[in-house]
Amino acid sequence: MQTTVNAPRPGGSVWTDPKVRAWLFQILAVIAVVALGWFLFDNTQTNLEKRGIISGFSFLNNSAGFGIAQHLIDYNESHSYGRVFFVGLLNTLLVSVIGIVLATLLGFILGVARLSPNWLISKLATIYIETFRNIPPLLQIFFWYFAVMLSLPGPRQSMGIADSFFLNSRGLYMPSPIPSENFAPFFGAIVVAVIGIVLLSRWSKKRFEATGKFFPISLGAIPLLIVLPGLAVLLTGNPLQWSIPELSGFNFRGGWVLIPELMALTLALTIYTAAFIAENVRSGIMAVSHGQTEAARSLGLPAGKTLRLVIIPQALRVIIPPLTSQYLNLAKNSSLAAGIGYPDMVSLFAGTVLNQTGQAIEVIAITMSVYLAISISISMLMNWYNKRIALIER
Amino acid sequence: MKMVKSTLAMLTTAAVLGVSGFAQAGATLDAVQKKGFVQCGISDGLPGFSYADEKGNYLGLDVDVCRAVAAAVFGDATKVKYSPLTAKERFTALQSGEVDILSRNTTWTSSRDAALGLNFTGTNYYDGQGFLVNKKLGVSSAKELDGATVCIQAGTTTELNLSDYFRANGLKYTPITYDTSDESAKSVEAGRCDVLTSDQSQLYAQRIKLANPDEYVVLPEVISKEPLGPVVRQGDEEWFDIVRWSLFAMVNAEELGVDSKNVEEQAKSTKNPDVARLLGAEGEFGKDLKLPKDWAVQIVKQVGNYGESFERNVGAGSELKIERGLNALWNKGGLQYAPPVR
Repeated sequence: MQTTVNAPRPGGSVWTDPKVRAWLFQILAVIAVVALGWFLFDNTQTNLEKRGIISGFSFLNNSAGFGIAQHLIDYNESHSYGRVFFVGLLNTLLVSVIGIVLATLLGFILGVARLSPNWLISKLATIYIETFRNIPPLLQIFFWYFAVMLSLPGPRQSMGIADSFFLNSRGLYMPSPIPSENFAPFFGAIVVAVIGIVLLSRWSKKRFEATGKFFPISLGAIPLLIVLPGLAVLLTGNPLQWSIPELSGFNFRGGWVLIPELMALTLALTIYTAAFIAENVRSGIMAVSHGQTEAARSLGLPAGKTLRLVIIPQALRVIIPPLTSQYLNLAKNSSLAAGIGYPDMVSLFAGTVLNQTGQAIEVIAITMSVYLAISISISMLMNWYNKRIALIER
Repeated sequence: MKMVKSTLAMLTTAAVLGVSGFAQAGATLDAVQKKGFVQCGISDGLPGFSYADEKGNYLGLDVDVCRAVAAAVFGDATKVKYSPLTAKERFTALQSGEVDILSRNTTWTSSRDAALGLNFTGTNYYDGQGFLVNKKLGVSSAKELDGATVCIQAGTTTELNLSDYFRANGLKYTPITYDTSDESAKSVEAGRCDVLTSDQSQLYAQRIKLANPDEYVVLPEVISKEPLGPVVRQGDEEWFDIVRWSLFAMVNAEELGVDSKNVEEQAKSTKNPDVARLLGAEGEFGKDLKLPKDWAVQIVKQVGNYGESFERNVGAGSELKIERGLNALWNKGGLQYAPPVR
């Protein structure tokens, strides 16, 4: 049947051949798309030139000349706009990564809590989820920033803990470690301890599978982590010095500071996204048939182990795909930083740099590609993980 | 919301630059006459320069430039529509043709004039950057600001001047950059910053918006030259001339003693040839600009001369009480100077 339909009918021209026509229309469609793209590009170029707007990417090498509140890489005013781009990118990634980690932890706890047989816990989780899921993220960011962070006392009245942690409207100041010359052996001892723990856990897993005897890893891990670095300190002396924040002039100096913009943004995004993740977790757990729980219990597994070893691994297969889109949402929502002056990609690069240079098209194109790249990377990573934990059908 | 708006403005630029035609001499005037109003980009709320009163009418020194152009073109100063823009949005809005004039306390600099496809038509306010601090800090000079946290508005020349000044004096600072001037002012009040920096005129304007204006002082240092003026798109000289001469007409009127009260009488009976040329009683100077004969009469009658506009919006007659200073006429010790009409 198939061959007779596709074969050219005797006497019909080449135009009536469905194969030829299918190809023809596809080629025409491609030409139309390319032509439209070329027209837009060419027209933009021509008009930019006619209006005397200089285009191109050479502005990235010019010196920026403005300061930035938070930079993870070395930066000062004489650095280039290109460097500002990386400062902004890293600030965006910082918020995204911290947000994703915290939102995942909080989301899992809340999702499980909402299914808890304990009435109070499950109702509290429900209230949390329904509240924060249904308030727009920008409002939550404004709330945490203007209502919470900025109403903290000023630097001279800051709340201090142990004279080394200070919380005020300028941020959370904390001591920062400065490695001394004794740092190398100390660090080496930690590395050895970590390797030891990995080996130990492998051994205990093997033994468990071979003999069924369970060895609590923490019994070996904690002493390893304390004893080895402790020995290093005893032998060589103090590995770290602490730079403690001190009030001098207008602000605290020394130590590390978490700026309130970062705290407000991370808090708001974490709390908002965790509510969604909790719902994903709940749906994943509920998708695992109740028979699995009953079977696990009848084998004598306690409730905690049932959840950890039977339910969660199966639930993850349902949880991962929607979890990926929550991660994407969080990364993209981080651009709301512009509302509170956190120097992220959008406020720094698509904001200040765009305005100082006037290169709107280039800057927006770069910024959009960056978000695309971040989102696709998260997607690919999560798809890989999803494949790894997928049910292997035999 | 701000983000959405500015992104929209940027996308519009891309779209407009991509698809529509472009500025030709005369195109803007034709388009303005066809639609029947001037679309004017102003600031998003700056007392004295552009702000809405309780009835929703826009007022201010920058708004008066737009009204003067409308008076010159249509003989009716109310034929203006306003687009409040943030500092970040303003140039894209003008480049894309969303507004015909940008009159938004914008500093005239070489790169803005040359690289952005824009032209500055003049200076309607000579300003300089200053600092606003809380009196409690006990600071009396900007040189004492080492280590301070400074609030600024994003995308402004102040951002660059600030870093120049602190670098030149070997001082350290932390900048906190907001999208709107309201946010940065709110932040200073909340104590997030020690200092608010901006053009001095803006500092005075923002101070009266604070809850306790008396707790704040503007430091004496002026760290930059900020000639603020209206901007138009490059490539349409006719429109450029109209905007430029609408401003010059206001300055010339003040110099010649013509104000909104005596302008009609002067137009009829003046003996001074300078006044007669300005007000169209002698010569065809309006026609050269493609404007009606009585263009300057309409400007002065409906908007006032430069001095009147200054006093009403930012000077003694306003809450801001800013002195004329650099903005006095050239023959009274200031910098306001307009070429003659002849």
